[in-house]
Amino acid sequence: MIQTIAFYIFAVLVIASAVMVITARNPVHSVLWLILAFFNAAGLMVLVGAEFIAMLLVIVYVGAVAVLFLFVVMMLDIDVAALRAGFVKNFPLGIVIALILLAELVLGLSAYRVGAIELGTAAAGEAPAMVASNTGAIGGLLYTRYLFLFEAAGIILLVAMIGAIVLTHRPPKSKRGHQDIGKQVRRNPDEATVMKQPTVGEGVEL
Amino acid sequence: MIGVEHYVIVSAILFVLGVLGIFLNRKNIIVILMAIELILLSVNLNLVAFSAFLGDLVGQVFAMFVLTVAAGEAAIGLAILVIYFRGRGTIAVDDANRMKG
Repeated sequence: MIQTIAFYIFAVLVIASAVMVITARNPVHSVLWLILAFFNAAGLMVLVGAEFIAMLLVIVYVGAVAVLFLFVVMMLDIDVAALRAGFVKNFPLGIVIALILLAELVLGLSAYRVGAIELGTAAAGEAPAMVASNTGAIGGLLYTRYLFLFEAAGIILLVAMIGAIVLTHRPPKSKRGHQDIGKQVRRNPDEATVMKQPTVGEGVEL
Repeated sequence: MIGVEHYVIVSAILFVLGVLGIFLNRKNIIVILMAIELILLSVNLNLVAFSAFLGDLVGQVFAMFVLTVAAGEAAIGLAILVIYFRGRGTIAVDDANRMKG
């Protein structure tokens, strides 16, 4: 009973905050609603016993991605009004397409509910059973069968990190200009000095 | 009793809201990125729900990889957004047709 009530609270809150994410005027408010949506989705995942993914969602999304969004939103000086110019114009078409998509999804779902599609059974014997905690079972699966995929995920994160740094890095600029040691060493007297023989009473043209 | 179909309905609504967000905020690329995060969240919810109701942990492992890719995508997208803003002084993306190198 309490599980059902908790499910409906989390579900209503996640959908309401998703609506607020896409309709909020200020992008900062959007990010904050997104954080609420992630928390409630994590609650939904805890309800079915997937604690590890739920905590990962809170740590990775709320702790890293949402904070990244907040930094970028606050760093850029955005004209909010100009960005919402097409909002009303796009509204009818967007609603129509969203309703069609939702109708298609729910129709597919009701076919499932009357029993046209039945849930299969899990691949037996291969995956370690949920003996210990959820986290332990996922770890047992991740470090044995999916080890290479796990390492590939690490490489993806490394590439993303290097890419983000390369994209946004600017070489430091000081007011006095920067010292290029290679250029200094490469200089030779021929191109650095000029011999002039000025006549008396006239200036020198360099 | 809460079954898998409740979870599927919630994630379907979440997915549609994400698509609607892309339609409504066509100029604001930050909100578009957030809508993509919503779509990926609904996919994760689906994967986790089916994984739990089937008793098969592989879905949760896959949800973790989706999470990884989503984090990388957000980082790269925001980095591109920052350099776009530096060059243009705006983040209106509906006239971003000058990227000819």
